[in-house]
Amino acid sequence: MDIQFELNGKSVQVDVPEDTPLLWAIRDHLGLTGTKFGCGIGMCGACTVHVNGRATRSCITPVSAVANSAVTTIEGIDPSHPLQAAWIKAQAPQCGYCQPGQIMQAVNLLEDFPDPSDEQINAVMSGNLCRCMAYIRIKEAIKLAAGEMQKEKADG
Amino acid sequence: MGKLSRFIDSSKTGKDTESRQLTRRQFLVGAAGAGLTLAFARPGMAFASPGDAIAAGAYEPTIWYQIQRDGRIVINIAEAEMGQHIGTALARIVADELEADWSLVELNYVDSDPKWDLMVTGGSWSVWQDFTPMSHAGAAGRIALIEEGARLMGVSSSRCQARNSQVIAGNKSISYGEIVSRGHISRTFSDDELKKLPVKKPSERRLIGHEAEALDIPDKISGASVYGIDASIENMVYARPLVPPTRHGASVKQVDDSKAKQVDGYIRTLVLDDPSDTVPGWAVVIANSFHAANRAASQVKVDWQPGKTSDVSEQQILDHGEKLIGDATKGALVVDEPGVDDAFSHADSVLEQDYVTHSVLHFQMEPVNALAFEKDGTWEIHTGNQWQSLAIPVLAKALDVDQSKIVMRTYMLGGGFGRRLNGDYTVPAALAAKALGRPVKLVFTREDDARFDSIRSPSNQKVRMAFDAEGQVIGMEHHATAGWPTQVMAPFFMPKAKNGEKYDPFAIQGAAHWYSVGAHRLRAISNDLANATFRPGWLRSVGSGWVNFALESFMDEAAHKLGKDPIDFRLGLLKAEGKNAGSAPNAVGGASRQANVLRRVKELSGWGTNQPSDTGLGVATSYGQERDMPTWTACVTKVRVDRETGRVHLLRLSVVTDAGTIVHPDGAWAQVQGASLWGASMALHEGTQIAAGQVKDTNLNTYTPMRMGDVPVIDVEFIDSSETSMGLGEPATTVAGPAIANAIFNAVGVRLRSLPIRAEDVHKALNT
Repeated sequence: MDIQFELNGKSVQVDVPEDTPLLWAIRDHLGLTGTKFGCGIGMCGACTVHVNGRATRSCITPVSAVANSAVTTIEGIDPSHPLQAAWIKAQAPQCGYCQPGQIMQAVNLLEDFPDPSDEQINAVMSGNLCRCMAYIRIKEAIKLAAGEMQKEKADG
Repeated sequence: MGKLSRFIDSSKTGKDTESRQLTRRQFLVGAAGAGLTLAFARPGMAFASPGDAIAAGAYEPTIWYQIQRDGRIVINIAEAEMGQHIGTALARIVADELEADWSLVELNYVDSDPKWDLMVTGGSWSVWQDFTPMSHAGAAGRIALIEEGARLMGVSSSRCQARNSQVIAGNKSISYGEIVSRGHISRTFSDDELKKLPVKKPSERRLIGHEAEALDIPDKISGASVYGIDASIENMVYARPLVPPTRHGASVKQVDDSKAKQVDGYIRTLVLDDPSDTVPGWAVVIANSFHAANRAASQVKVDWQPGKTSDVSEQQILDHGEKLIGDATKGALVVDEPGVDDAFSHADSVLEQDYVTHSVLHFQMEPVNALAFEKDGTWEIHTGNQWQSLAIPVLAKALDVDQSKIVMRTYMLGGGFGRRLNGDYTVPAALAAKALGRPVKLVFTREDDARFDSIRSPSNQKVRMAFDAEGQVIGMEHHATAGWPTQVMAPFFMPKAKNGEKYDPFAIQGAAHWYSVGAHRLRAISNDLANATFRPGWLRSVGSGWVNFALESFMDEAAHKLGKDPIDFRLGLLKAEGKNAGSAPNAVGGASRQANVLRRVKELSGWGTNQPSDTGLGVATSYGQERDMPTWTACVTKVRVDRETGRVHLLRLSVVTDAGTIVHPDGAWAQVQGASLWGASMALHEGTQIAAGQVKDTNLNTYTPMRMGDVPVIDVEFIDSSETSMGLGEPATTVAGPAIANAIFNAVGVRLRSLPIRAEDVHKALNT
């Protein structure tokens, strides 16, 4: 069936069975491959996208559930978002496969907790597995970005 | 190359590696296409000029680079990029000697090619084996550019120096791009000339050892990086494997896909006919989308005739291992010094302990996958892989085509950790594409990936030590058995032991330690039941990952038996004398460098200070994997044990590494951090078991690697050194496990001799 939603600000339509996971609709039917397949049961976080602004595991979300919603993937994140610069500065990725999901989760984290504590970061980010175990730098990047965003807010 | 070719028996691989090694190398610098190409010549081929040779592709594609007319420098990388930023490290070695402007350097990851000879990324070998040829390649380029730049500027080359992609003479200068555009460089460096090239002193290096952002990172952040799973081609269909109940010897009796036919997009189910016997008893479900293949797969009923191992359990494998160790006629004597039996028969006292480690999954984030198709008579395999030259002969057999008709296209790897050294996952994709006559993209679900994993084998070890009346160590025996990955997948790599038996060097490395212990015997035994039940894998640090658990736990037990401090006891045995004195170029200083990292970690970790109740520090050390490529590593962990639950909290992890010259410090730091956490994760959070012939845990609901909240405070330190560069991706993996077990002993007095260490095991030990 045809399902319509907004993907990174553009209206898209896919003709797939309604139980197709959003992940595969995005990757195989809409051709955006930055969102990754890791576990298929919502427990690794590699497939994280935003649905109406909230981090969502796309591998367990049927595409029909996002009809008429706004979906954002890593490709839709503003390249000037402080998290992008912080991720480079901290040299966070190793193999990089989990990183789009980590960043999508971290965007929400900083919206909810603009000045997050270690405990808050651990609590929110522990759903995202990094098999290279680059956790220390991921956390460092989140703190760098938080600092930058606080500064921008104070200056702005 | 390098390390690996020492193991190769050329009669088995059909490659004359010995003569290749002896061949003198020539370096070519010549114009080709839109720029200047710099490469090592392939031996045995003659051409009129370097440019002709390059145009004919008569160069070794493992190390070559191009300088474009606009000044861009493209460095070709034949190593798999799987998180170690290897392209950046190798490029900086070339660029430093070339005096290149780093901002103009780009990487190109190359595909497999028959002329490659050997294409493998593993064993933390890359920097170690490529450092010298890469330095030569850079220095030769610099000299050719200086000569031509001098000619173009009308000055003597002796007045010129190169810096930042410019040749400079007094107040005149010319850029490399301009030299390539205007000049006519055609230059050959002989082997002798290469060896005499002025290579920089460490103090003159501008890139090596200095910080740099890894070139592969920006695309990994924007989602633009292309991994194997992202590969696609027109007209491809999707395949989902139906994995049989046993890894070996299964066959399909019957397939019933009547219900699958109701699934929209389902095409058919193929039973694979595999001449290479890589995937016996496999069927694949073909559909027009991965989702349809998944849905259909759940509706296809396959009646299998399983292989012989369908009832095998982890305990049976370990019981079998114990029997093998008990049989003195089994196995390979890797070290067998005279006087071992004598030492034990005359000993004042003997310490003997047994250790066990359980199965471990790779669980790399990107499940294995491959896209396969035939195009103009050549089979193209698109996938992330670490050892193309191992996979291609298997693919050739499976497809019944010549090896020259197979090319493996290179992609980013969503984690390697040794899983993708074994390219078995490419075979079902290729077979399905051949049977269908159209491109097939085969993707494993996480559960399929786990069931088909080449796991780290369960292992048994027995360690014994003989002491004289003064408490001096006079003899040592170490017996180790597990499934042997190299025996199963690359038997031509197996050297002969002292007793003539061939053995898997990667399944015992780490045990040929640098302690002076008197007469030493080291026996490695292949667990044939393990090999029959699953395909044992190379997993990050391979043998050292579990061998060192026994060795370093035992060293602690020996120290406690003698009433000595565990670090002082080890330092007393790291004497750097006799066979442990070390040798140039790789092991300068020998055991003294291991002693040095141990002393440093003692200071760094607060060793010897008072700890709160139920809290303790534990130490472990290692030379890494190979005595000929030692990465001296020492680790102290701090744990707190909850006596009520037995839960072990890892509070702090301190690691000191001496890996010689560090090329890319930031990348090195990340590797040691990740490797040490891998070791901790395997010790406290991971581990599975074989049940009914397959792994019990297949996804994150029950297989639980370390998460962010579990990460301890980490101190990572490198010894400042200008010695030969060693590998870094793995050694820190080997020390965290035993350091944790030793810390638990120091915290609450219980000794855990099995990995993983579960809360219930600690709780039980505390209450018995």
